Amino acid sequence: MNVTQFDLVIIGSGPGGYVAAIRAAQLGLTVAVVEREELGGVCLNWGCIPTKALLRSAEVFELMGHAEQYGLSCPKPGFDLAKIVKRSRDVAGQLSQGVKFLLKKNKVEVIAGEGRLAKGKDAPMVVVTDKAGKQSNLTAKHVILATGARARTIPALGLEPDGKLIWTAREAMVPDIMPKSLLVIGSGAIGIEFASFYQAFGCKVTLVEMQERILPVEDTEISAFAEKAFAKQGMEILTSAQVKKITKQAGNVQAQILLADGKINKIEAERVILAIGIEANTDDIGLGKLGVKLDRGHVVVDEYSKTNVKGLYAIGDITAPPWLAHKASHEGVICVEKIAGESPHPLNHANIAGCTYCRPQIASVGLSEQAAKDAGVEIRVGKFPFIGNGKAIAMGEAEGFIKTIFDAKTGELLGAHMIGAEVTELIQGFVIGRTLETTEAELLETVFAHPTLSEMMHESVLNAYDRGIHM
Amino acid sequence: MPIEILMPALSPTMEEGILAKWLVSEGDEVQSGDILAEIETDKATMEIEAIDEGIVGKILIKAGPENIKINTVIAVLLQDGEAMPNIKTAAPPSPTAPAVEPQPAQPAAPVPVAEPTPSGTRVKASPLAKRLAKQAGLDIATIPGTGTHGRVIKRDIEAALSATSATTSTTTPLATDGFDLIALDGMRKTIAARMTASFRDVPHFPLNVDCRLDALLATRKAINLETADDGIKISVNDFIVRACALALKKVPEANASYTPDGLKLWHNADVCIAVAVDGGLITPVIRAAHAKGLADISSETKDLATRARNRKLKPEEYQGGTFTVSNLGMMGIKSFASIINEPQGCILSIGAGEPRPVVNDGVLGIATVMSVTLTCDHRVVDGAVGARFLAAFKAMIENPGLMLL
Repeated sequence: MNVTQFDLVIIGSGPGGYVAAIRAAQLGLTVAVVEREELGGVCLNWGCIPTKALLRSAEVFELMGHAEQYGLSCPKPGFDLAKIVKRSRDVAGQLSQGVKFLLKKNKVEVIAGEGRLAKGKDAPMVVVTDKAGKQSNLTAKHVILATGARARTIPALGLEPDGKLIWTAREAMVPDIMPKSLLVIGSGAIGIEFASFYQAFGCKVTLVEMQERILPVEDTEISAFAEKAFAKQGMEILTSAQVKKITKQAGNVQAQILLADGKINKIEAERVILAIGIEANTDDIGLGKLGVKLDRGHVVVDEYSKTNVKGLYAIGDITAPPWLAHKASHEGVICVEKIAGESPHPLNHANIAGCTYCRPQIASVGLSEQAAKDAGVEIRVGKFPFIGNGKAIAMGEAEGFIKTIFDAKTGELLGAHMIGAEVTELIQGFVIGRTLETTEAELLETVFAHPTLSEMMHESVLNAYDRGIHM
Repeated sequence: MPIEILMPALSPTMEEGILAKWLVSEGDEVQSGDILAEIETDKATMEIEAIDEGIVGKILIKAGPENIKINTVIAVLLQDGEAMPNIKTAAPPSPTAPAVEPQPAQPAAPVPVAEPTPSGTRVKASPLAKRLAKQAGLDIATIPGTGTHGRVIKRDIEAALSATSATTSTTTPLATDGFDLIALDGMRKTIAARMTASFRDVPHFPLNVDCRLDALLATRKAINLETADDGIKISVNDFIVRACALALKKVPEANASYTPDGLKLWHNADVCIAVAVDGGLITPVIRAAHAKGLADISSETKDLATRARNRKLKPEEYQGGTFTVSNLGMMGIKSFASIINEPQGCILSIGAGEPRPVVNDGVLGIATVMSVTLTCDHRVVDGAVGARFLAAFKAMIENPGLMLL
């Protein structure tokens, strides 16, 4: 059995792990990354990136359908699902290669296999089992767990993937057929994005959400606007609805759904996508033996990602929410800088934006209006619709609005919420604003380029202070 | 040629002062001798007079609580028809080169003057932090920053607020929540700095003695009866000052200062009197008090105390001094021990004269008794020296006739 010594061993090469590895290498540490599958983790291979490729195909397809609106002709738009999927896989493959290159460039050792923790000296030892079953031991001063998460399943209700009729995101990303009907359970970012993708290609989508509104983490006005927009596209949306049982039939699935009024609705669909949250990959990696503290299945860490076990850290989806790739990356950087003796600033969770790439897109940062009110803050709210923006109209994307929420006393930008074209790019402006702690004064003073969608951000702030020009 | 008004040095040791108040505005015509502004130093408020006539062209430093270095250009006086020169900086001009190049050909340009921050340096802070600090009445320069490159951010203000008041909400100004925050003026800063240094650095000890006052009170009554028509009214304190001065001449080792070079034995008994003023205290000096009679001491004390309360003392009137008397007797204090007024070797604290039971030749009686406490700098005044001073002082207080010698 080989024993190899590193300053830092990271288990998992997703956006948390590989970014932490590169930063650690930059800071002069010797680093190994243990990965059981493709480099880049779920984000790059089975999440953020391949779905964006699929959604781009859906977007172009929809535009083709509206070609006449732009004075173009595209009489009978068609698609080849296999090619759409292949493109998505190629994009993921290209980026995975990119990560491989980056790790190599930074002299990070990549070790293929499954990493498990065992008792060690400075930090737990990492035992790697490769595909052939061969084991090797890695010792390090520091070990970072970045094993991520997987789709949550509830087998007792039939809510578990079978690879054929019932999918999780992973199967939904590589469909063999375009189903005629689809039941999407859960209306978080993942559920909404797949609903949006399949809806675009003519699939009859039913979206079921347990809570009283879709996208429950977003501002209520955003949820309401999104629900209307999706309904207009033909999506059926059931809120305050619970899937009681899923029964597989020949070639389709029957779901019994308990509605808010107590009635049971039976829905048949060719395929089902489970998007009811995630489960952290914390089992079978040796946490129990070491006594690593967990909270509802997620590893408990301090502000620098330290666990209760000496020399052991955890970042990304196996820790507390938000479960977002960019949060994992940033945690990785902070964790590694702390290990290397730098003095990084802990992550401010209130400054992490969330983006959903449905159509229209949704993006937000900070507090929702309700959350701000619940916090007892006196607020000023500004809004501006896409229909009032020149660039949006020119683009033929006049659907959506931007909402900003300020602390009435201090002028702090408490939250920004957007729905509409390209808002996932726009949100960064407000993220920077929040990170720099700007007040309304600086935002009011900022000159926004014309013509841009970003001008709506300005107008929203102006509106909050009763100074709107274009409305 | 335009005339620069500089921050004046009101005393040889003054390095900076506070521009308390402008009495003129831009555009005002002033005559030589007109009062332009009030300058507050650590001890006093002084007036700046115009030395030439002209028009106030530009006020470069606004009145405010910030310390301004001496020789900083604070305003510019223009002669008839002159334009504002292009003054680039409000920093003190170098003594060798003129800081101002008058450029009368150029049109008058507004002079950009940075708003001085309280600490005098730029404070790195987020806009939100600045606003929160302002709303809470906090000086942002005093708050340690934990943001990028030491930038003061919201959480630093919140930490500062929770440190000052556990119950203060972050957005409620402090002033409305349990206390008022009074900015530290020059006098308060000086008291804080000097008393802290003295109490920390000077090995001090108190000596206590009781003095019977009946004879002195009788003498005082007799004198004041005789001199009432001349407007002279001698106070108990005047007797005390004279007794101190004479006792210091008798025990010159107590009229001394410790210096690293050696012990300074002062020739004159320059007795300081602690005067409470609005917002602090100040110690004007009766120079050569041993050579002054009660009437002189009395009138000089009255004059100094009045001007001290109006903060109109000149620096030489409160600087120096070889010994200090601090009297809280009129406020009913029985006895107390003052903190050494460096570099003086001793300070005498006077308690209230009050009827107390005393024993006269084994018989209990009543006398008016005053407790006094001499705080000594042990580096220069040892216990026995202090005791000899107090014995001399006590003898003169109890037998005021000795003060005639």
